[in-house]
Amino acid sequence: MTMGKALPHDSGALHVTGTARYVDDIPLPAGALHLAFATSTCAHGEVTLIDASAAQAMAGVVAVHTAASFDAMPDCSPSAHDEPLLATGIVHYVGQPVALIVAVSHLVACAAARLVKVTYAERPALLTVDDALAAGSRFEAGPIIWQRGDAAAAIAGAARVVEGSIEIGGQEHFYLEGQVAAAIPQEDGMLVHSSTQHPTEVQHKVAHALHLPMSAVRVKVRRMGGGFGGKESQGNALAIACAVVASQTGRAVKMRYDRDDDFIITGKRHDCRISYRAGVDDQGRVLGLEFQHLFRCGWSQDLSLPVADRAMLHADNCYHLPAIRIESHRLRTNTQSATAFRGFGGPQGMLGIERVMDHVAHNLRLDPLAVRRANFYSGRDGGHTSSTKDRGAQTTPYGMPVTDFVGDALVAELERTSDFAARRAAIAAWNSASPILKRGIALTPVKFGISFTLTWLNQAGALVHVYQDGSIHLNHGGTEMGQGLFQKVAQVAAGVFGVDTSVVKITATDTGKVPNTSATAASSGSDLNGMAARAACETIRARMAAFIAEKHQVKPDRVRFVDGTVRVAGEVYAFAQVAAWAYQARVSLSSTGFYATPKIVWDRVRGQGRPFFYFAYGAAVTEVVIDTLTGENRILRADVLHDTGSSLNPALDIGQIEGAYVQGAGWLTTEELVWDAKGRLATHAPSTYKVPACSDRPDIFNVALWNQPNTEDSVGKSKAVGEPPFMLGISVLMALSDAVAACGAACGNTRVYPALDAPATAERVLWAIERVRDV
Amino acid sequence: MSGISFTLNGAPIVAQGTATTTLLDWLRESRGLCGTKEGCNEGDCGACTVMVTDATGSRALNACILFLPQLANKAVRTVEGITGPDGTMHPVQAAMVEHHGSQCGFCTPGFVVSMAVGHLNGATGHDDVLAGNLCRCTGYAPIIRAAKAAEAAAVPDWMKSDAFTLAQISSGGPGGRQPRGAFSPRDSDELADWYLANPDATLIAGATDVGLWVTKQFRDLGKVAFLGGVSDLQGIERQGGQLHVGACVTITALLDAVATVHPSFAELLRRYGALQVRNAATIGGNIANGSPIGDGPPALIALGATLHLRRGDVMRSLPLEDFFLDYRKQDRQPGEFVAGVSFADHAPGLRCYKLSKRFDDDISAVCGCINLTIVAGVVTQARIAFGGMAGIPKRAKAAEAALIGQPFGLAGMTLAAQALAGEFAPLSDMRASAAYRLKAAQNMLIRYAHDLAGDAVSVLGVRP
Repeated sequence: MTMGKALPHDSGALHVTGTARYVDDIPLPAGALHLAFATSTCAHGEVTLIDASAAQAMAGVVAVHTAASFDAMPDCSPSAHDEPLLATGIVHYVGQPVALIVAVSHLVACAAARLVKVTYAERPALLTVDDALAAGSRFEAGPIIWQRGDAAAAIAGAARVVEGSIEIGGQEHFYLEGQVAAAIPQEDGMLVHSSTQHPTEVQHKVAHALHLPMSAVRVKVRRMGGGFGGKESQGNALAIACAVVASQTGRAVKMRYDRDDDFIITGKRHDCRISYRAGVDDQGRVLGLEFQHLFRCGWSQDLSLPVADRAMLHADNCYHLPAIRIESHRLRTNTQSATAFRGFGGPQGMLGIERVMDHVAHNLRLDPLAVRRANFYSGRDGGHTSSTKDRGAQTTPYGMPVTDFVGDALVAELERTSDFAARRAAIAAWNSASPILKRGIALTPVKFGISFTLTWLNQAGALVHVYQDGSIHLNHGGTEMGQGLFQKVAQVAAGVFGVDTSVVKITATDTGKVPNTSATAASSGSDLNGMAARAACETIRARMAAFIAEKHQVKPDRVRFVDGTVRVAGEVYAFAQVAAWAYQARVSLSSTGFYATPKIVWDRVRGQGRPFFYFAYGAAVTEVVIDTLTGENRILRADVLHDTGSSLNPALDIGQIEGAYVQGAGWLTTEELVWDAKGRLATHAPSTYKVPACSDRPDIFNVALWNQPNTEDSVGKSKAVGEPPFMLGISVLMALSDAVAACGAACGNTRVYPALDAPATAERVLWAIERVRDV
Repeated sequence: MSGISFTLNGAPIVAQGTATTTLLDWLRESRGLCGTKEGCNEGDCGACTVMVTDATGSRALNACILFLPQLANKAVRTVEGITGPDGTMHPVQAAMVEHHGSQCGFCTPGFVVSMAVGHLNGATGHDDVLAGNLCRCTGYAPIIRAAKAAEAAAVPDWMKSDAFTLAQISSGGPGGRQPRGAFSPRDSDELADWYLANPDATLIAGATDVGLWVTKQFRDLGKVAFLGGVSDLQGIERQGGQLHVGACVTITALLDAVATVHPSFAELLRRYGALQVRNAATIGGNIANGSPIGDGPPALIALGATLHLRRGDVMRSLPLEDFFLDYRKQDRQPGEFVAGVSFADHAPGLRCYKLSKRFDDDISAVCGCINLTIVAGVVTQARIAFGGMAGIPKRAKAAEAALIGQPFGLAGMTLAAQALAGEFAPLSDMRASAAYRLKAAQNMLIRYAHDLAGDAVSVLGVRP
């Protein structure tokens, strides 16, 4: 069985030898052209003059396009047709493409772009959620409100009310490979290589821009150098620009953003403010809760509505909230259009409720873990058998029965393996003897819903060929961005045929092979494409089995495919031998496969239904140390227990978990995006935007898998792993909060809650320390 | 035909390009060697890391801010050359596959080269070796597992061949002909004459900042001189209680030189950029650049350093703090260059505190360097300097005055901290607010009192 094996990434050997090919490495035909955008330096204004003469005069510049060059401006938006390729009259943020340089080299194009002089009649710019709220600048008529019960009444009747708010910073994806695309004209259409998580959308947008049917545009993606959601929609502009210029000139065209352009032009994780008011009993049980989410969505709609929806859908995390009201504002500002980023709003929503738990515990002088536990959904073994569980199960605020809850059991196990209670006591003792440095520790759980909330996206296709020599060609709609999807799906395929994964040839995602795919997003890659590939393989295997069974006068179900062989009626044949015979017997050895996720129903307007096929769970214990004089802080140890169902590949899954934890920790500590008063992003390169470096990982980093099969019928009973562990990073912020609280306790002040905003830079930690010490 | 001659993956080559063609662009665009990646084009991410060997050894450098003329007579090894000539994987490559050290793979070639250089040099401080390589996928844990697993493996023969080949062929050959507008002096006399005649030229030592003028600002530098071959500015001498350091000494070499005499300064230098930057950047460049932050000057000012300048045949020396006049303005005449710096080789009271958003590979928000002489419990001398607190690296004279003659202790340092507020008005920027900078700088004086009292004051020293 190949499923469940800890095999290395399929491209591991290519990666380490530098031979893995990315879009920018693909050789292009002679005479290829290169593009760069000249971008707006004004956050909001009317373009009154574009002087491109200096750029045009530069040696190597072939053309400079502005809005005036287009009869119909191509649109780059994945949703609302509100993203012109180049600004048409009005600019909406600093960084918006205003002109397109066509040149003989990347360097010339970039240099020329800086020479384009644009004059603006400035208009007032809305830069913050407060600006936008005051101006009523938003993407929907009003806030989206979902509620259950009467939260206000429950709060009014509660013994204690805890309220506050948290500012949550955004996050730059910082995929190591920047956005890039190349277009190569064909005799009857366009071939596009794009670093995109969503080839079908690039195909769709390029076809629209070129006024071609989708069938005339082919998009290929072998791999991305990281995506994290940042290549779900943000690559459209480059692909469209390349295709348009390639179509005009008949030459191959490539475009890549240099790192600063990538920061300045493309969207990031939504920053937001979450305000809360919780009515609790004396054990910290939340009886009533009101949330207000203010999401800064930027200048265009992009994916902001489903992102903000998902934040609302994760406002409960692992906690049963009997009376809750969530009010979500999707605010339009003159900044980069915030976009998908690992977790897709879930992390912000989840951080909101974890902040409530931490604040309630501090307010009631209770152990934060005890408060969390008091609010957990009731567990699977709460008297509900699988046949009756739906009737008896507690439901989420949006009415979905939580039938697979393992949070309590998983947390109990992690509490034991991490030696949580003893370490908590040891930290308190250490802190009392340490005047300058203080430690903190926290355990936070994760429950993350798996499925696209836009239900029709939950489909996938695959195309599998078995050749007459027994080799297998595997293709599906998922894209490889480093997560190991291709290897996992290859393991599924190899498992069906009973062959080694080396027999399965993994091939580039190609809209010409599998059509109408969804983005590789929402952690769904393996779930959807693994099932589709399995279906395709099973179709071919059934044909092979029927053929060989007939030859041996047995029933097809007596044929077994194991260890690279086909076993039937006491005979053992090589898989390749059977493939050759089947070919000669004129049996089709090629098949598509298709999968649509069952059971999901979602009414977005009412905020009711079952948007998710299942939940993935996890928990982390993080221990930190802070410097009370500077606020400097670091992670000392992390213990993670994470639910991947029956893992398809434990090595790849642990890799996702380790990486997601560190990325989540970065989001909440050092990764600070700063805009100046003019709306210019001041942190637009790694010199000023600090993703975790090697030494920022925990000194001790224990990661274990909660190896219980998925209760739903997923591929191999596995669970999605891309996004859920990102939110394990929330434990870092809570551990920092614990350490800051220790500073208050040390000077006899336990009244003031640290109220640590994110990211908890050294500066924010120091100000929080000052707050809690202020007697 | 002009061209820079060096060895690429074991084979001699003559590279065509301008004076400011970067090695990265040349590798990818002219040679079709696409294993070396562009992640940031400013030396902060390490995706372009290559190994460069010269007579002094093999080191990791960022190819994105390395100009072709800097490679004359050296040996370059890219990720393609880390793999053996017959395709055999290097032990670090094999370990990276086995330990799942790559996910998206884009940063991986840079990691592999850094690891291979570390392996060649016997380095086992993997966090330092890899501080300049950013990975966004793995969380680094499997990469460190791979690095540890490969420690014991023998160095492959092909990795040793560059040093061997260089010893055979180079020994000061011309390294090919310089591109137009470029000059590579062999000693400071040549440099002095040329610079006097070309005072508008740009001097390039490590190119860790000048490189960005080209890759980020697309500046045409005009005439340039590459200082890598200026042999008499590379030395470190210890004489008469002073360390005399040539301007072209790299931060890596300086770190080694001060490791035992000034451990706190060495720790500051350990956090100067990351290894690839320290291997290229020079102390002369660090000073001449005149950054308000530049971590070298605050420590050197605290050490009472003397700066040596040369213009033509005229040498002059001045206290380092007097060199910095105003934001990006130094006491340097046209045609005059930094020749070296001298400072005390003994300062037990020196403590250097670097405060940045991230510990490694980051620029200071505040860099505070405090050097007190305490005799019988009384402060007899005080030199305190800060980076990031003004337009220039600046001495805290009021704080010093508040300390001298007073008993050393928390009370005295608290008074000095108060004095700081009167003499510094820092700026707010993306690294920190003005209020935080001042508070943190004041608290560094408090920390100093605790530090000398033996309290644990650094989160970097805490183990789980």
